[in-house]
Amino acid sequence: MLTKRIIPCLDIKDGRTVKGTNFVDLRDAGDPVELGAFYAQQGADELVFLDITATNEKRKTLSELVNRISHHINIPFTVGGGVSSVEDASVLLHNGADKISVNTAAFKNPLLIKQLADEFGSQFVVLAIDAKKEEDGEWYVYLNGGSVKTEIKCFDWAKQAVDSGAGEILLTSMNNDGTKKGFAIDITKQLAENLSVPVIASGGGGTIEHFVDIFTKGKADAALAASIFHFKEVAIPDLKRYLQKHQINVRL
Amino acid sequence: MKIVIIKYNAGNIQSVLYALERIGVGAIVTDNHEEIITADKVIFPGVGEANSAMNSLKENNLDQIIKSLKQPVLGICVGMQLLCKYSEENNTECLGIFEEPVKKFISLEYKVPQIGWNNIYDLHSPLMKSIPENSYCYFVHSYYVPMNTFAIATTDYIQPYASAIHKNNFYGVQFHAEKSAQVGEQILRNFIEL
Repeated sequence: MLTKRIIPCLDIKDGRTVKGTNFVDLRDAGDPVELGAFYAQQGADELVFLDITATNEKRKTLSELVNRISHHINIPFTVGGGVSSVEDASVLLHNGADKISVNTAAFKNPLLIKQLADEFGSQFVVLAIDAKKEEDGEWYVYLNGGSVKTEIKCFDWAKQAVDSGAGEILLTSMNNDGTKKGFAIDITKQLAENLSVPVIASGGGGTIEHFVDIFTKGKADAALAASIFHFKEVAIPDLKRYLQKHQINVRL
Repeated sequence: MKIVIIKYNAGNIQSVLYALERIGVGAIVTDNHEEIITADKVIFPGVGEANSAMNSLKENNLDQIIKSLKQPVLGICVGMQLLCKYSEENNTECLGIFEEPVKKFISLEYKVPQIGWNNIYDLHSPLMKSIPENSYCYFVHSYYVPMNTFAIATTDYIQPYASAIHKNNFYGVQFHAEKSAQVGEQILRNFIEL
């Protein structure tokens, strides 16, 4: 039976992980490869590396990093951050990335998703959406790391992207992100039940119970989190055993 | 030992090369006929669409070369599908080493493609040596090979289907062995040791 996936996310800047971690037992927790390999060994199902470097050297350091990751990590991984063309994606693919995620660039250039899917296949194209629930009760798309509001509703954009060839949706709730009060159940469920592609829920996972909820009530296909794994508040083997005890199918 | 990965327009061939390197096996990626024919083992990867993949093989006469191979050959994902007779994906005539067709997953209840980790069971053949029943492998696919007498692994998605096949010197795995953690590495090792 196909399992629900647990996906740690690593933020990368200049080839190093950002956000402090308290991995005292790792030689260098700032090394994305070492941290990623640790998670893979712990039973993570996939990894997401999100590059937030804003320098001219970005493309080179990222492709070198992706190359190192693919030489050392034996599970699939997605690379996001600054992919805005087929050429950007091609460099990452040839260095071993299994998937790339696109966000603002795909919104601004409606052809990008189709071009990427035609060139590399839908399985390679993850659409990342930062969404925020407004006072009218609707979820809207935000761009540029959540700093720019749009008038487009999250579901409409997700649907359009899937029709254009996006193979998965990585949905981050800005309302929930960083709160550790649980994932956004309503919007995740709406996307997961109405789209033909898997939905990865992100933002708000703080306890093991939150993961149970997002898989059972939110119908998510996968759940992504960062700091609770980095700070060892939740260990992946414990999380998976707990999910299994609650009849949620996981890879153990 | 000479391991060759067949080079054609099939997506992330690099991943297979890197996976072999992780288990300490060197390989060359080539479309050179002589290199392929003289290899001890041949890996035939594949990501992408069946029709354009077949066309790419035909352009370089690689279809005839693959059919003529006598050493162990491992098709991965679309590579496995192309070893079959015919694919519903854009009505593609494939290599026909296996008589089986490749069919599209059809379901209102399940998402297509299947993406993620699923079990393999009912394991046979030296390719599956020391792989525990119900091990998890990583799958990404919309088309599948139905159950048949050459199945050496079964997986359930919508219905049971053949997730690995073996006939004479030809092997195929639907999952991405190169991305399936320790299980995938063991299967690659088994193939190298055939």
